Amino acid sequence: MTRISRWLADRWLMGVALLVLGYLFLPIAVVAGLSFNRPSSRLSYDFNEFTLDNWRRPCATSDMCDAVVRSVQIGFLATVVATVLGTLMAFALVRHRFRGRSGINVLIFLPMATPELVMGTSLLALFVSAGVPQGFWTIVIAHVMFCVSFVVVTVKARLAGMDSRLEEAAMDLYASEWQTFRRITLPLVLPGIVAAALLAFSLSFDDFIITNFNAGTTVTFPMYVWGAAQRGIPPQVNVIGTAMFLIALLLVLASTLRGRRAKRFS
Amino acid sequence: MSALAHVPTGSGQPATPPAARSGRYRFLPYLLLLPGAAWLFLFFALPLVQLAAASLYDPSGSLATGYALTWAFGNYPDALQAYWPQFTRSFLYAGMALVLALLMGYPLAYAIAQKAGRWKNLLLVCVVAPMFTSFLVRTLAWKTILSDNGWIVGLLRDVHLLGPDGRLLATPVAVVLGLTYNFLPFLVLPLYASLERLDYRLLEAASDLYASPLRAFRKVTLPLSMPGLVAGTLLFFIPASGDYINAELLGTPKEYMIGNVIDSAFLVRLDYPQGAALSFLLMAAILAVVFGYLRKAGTDEVL
Repeated sequence: MTRISRWLADRWLMGVALLVLGYLFLPIAVVAGLSFNRPSSRLSYDFNEFTLDNWRRPCATSDMCDAVVRSVQIGFLATVVATVLGTLMAFALVRHRFRGRSGINVLIFLPMATPELVMGTSLLALFVSAGVPQGFWTIVIAHVMFCVSFVVVTVKARLAGMDSRLEEAAMDLYASEWQTFRRITLPLVLPGIVAAALLAFSLSFDDFIITNFNAGTTVTFPMYVWGAAQRGIPPQVNVIGTAMFLIALLLVLASTLRGRRAKRFS
Repeated sequence: MSALAHVPTGSGQPATPPAARSGRYRFLPYLLLLPGAAWLFLFFALPLVQLAAASLYDPSGSLATGYALTWAFGNYPDALQAYWPQFTRSFLYAGMALVLALLMGYPLAYAIAQKAGRWKNLLLVCVVAPMFTSFLVRTLAWKTILSDNGWIVGLLRDVHLLGPDGRLLATPVAVVLGLTYNFLPFLVLPLYASLERLDYRLLEAASDLYASPLRAFRKVTLPLSMPGLVAGTLLFFIPASGDYINAELLGTPKEYMIGNVIDSAFLVRLDYPQGAALSFLLMAAILAVVFGYLRKAGTDEVL
């Protein structure tokens, strides 16, 4: 009897879980579907007619592709700066004892707990009062700011889980500190740094709220979508949405496969 | 999964970092910290001070004529009075979305953590995967799903849950559904992290001791998942109550939340003192909710 009820309980739970996953994926399916749609009018969100045109000419509305390129540039710059700054901080926090540690921890934690709206408006207030013209570079500055904390926690997690005896062994074998860092520490932390960089890029690429307050007249991809939502969305937006999904999915699958192979070798 | 990294796991820190080995290293940690900390200070902490100043500007000034800092504390009650409905609505919608998200997220996290076996990692990727697509594009997809000509509205009309002219789009239902959808993964991931470490034998022990499944859940599973539940709730509630994208895209001005008001104060009406005061009120309200909740939930693991 308990067996049957447990079997039912298991299946019941899995059923609910799959339904919730369905809810999570429904919009993705719709985005993918709409990327093959020829809308009946500019302001229509309904499926009208199948076409491959959107995929064949994704840049038919050139403003949109300009915005995508700009988002990639901003994402790249913000990722590089945030990853370097955050990795250095993670090393300091995990590897060194120093005064003011808890203050630094609070400074790193707070941006993750502050509503984006507040970070966006406060930066706007600062830039306006300092007379800094808003545009490409103010967006980069803002993105670095909110990405750094996420880089720190990601790299820190990797560093904290590392076996420090490997470095001690290298030093025992007369490796200099620099050699130990280059040959042992860095390769071991690298997956954490790469994960942090990918996270930073995706946060930057998808950010709307903070960007909206600090963009001036510069248009990133989310800003373009926001503006177009009022004027009518070109179907190519869904092509970009679907492509983003596929690229990210491929990256995740590739890293999972690599991880699995690495596990088999060790 | 990198998104899991900021989830408290309780074992994030090594016991003690090694002490500086010689004088040469005394300043190294500060050198390593300097660029990042300076960036956060200049572009996170300092702006908050500037925003605080802006919220006390003389409200009769304007961007063109310049503002004077007159310590006009009256901006706060004025702003609250003018936008009280939007303010309460933000927390009402975020709260309703949170309840929905818990109803969906808890079974999902539990199933992945305890029942999925070798499919665990795949299902976990499935939870995060929707976030790979742009937030705004996903939210716009709900416009299609909930559209008046869509099959969901059609079905609800057929079974008379909606009147013949009833709609979902441009109603509070759409906004709450959108909020639930957009922040659900933030709730599920920390919950999963907690539930994954739950020892199934504890539940077996409970049932051996004649606890009903419901009682075992209340007395064993729920308390043990508390850290994840608290972290997930906060990660959900903070962005949801400050969100204005769902209200703008899926609702009408009648569904506007405080975020919409702040957005227009800064970017349309150019009323900086009011926008700044509202931003601070939003943050204060969120902090109050968060700390009240933390005290009630009785866990320190989050902060």
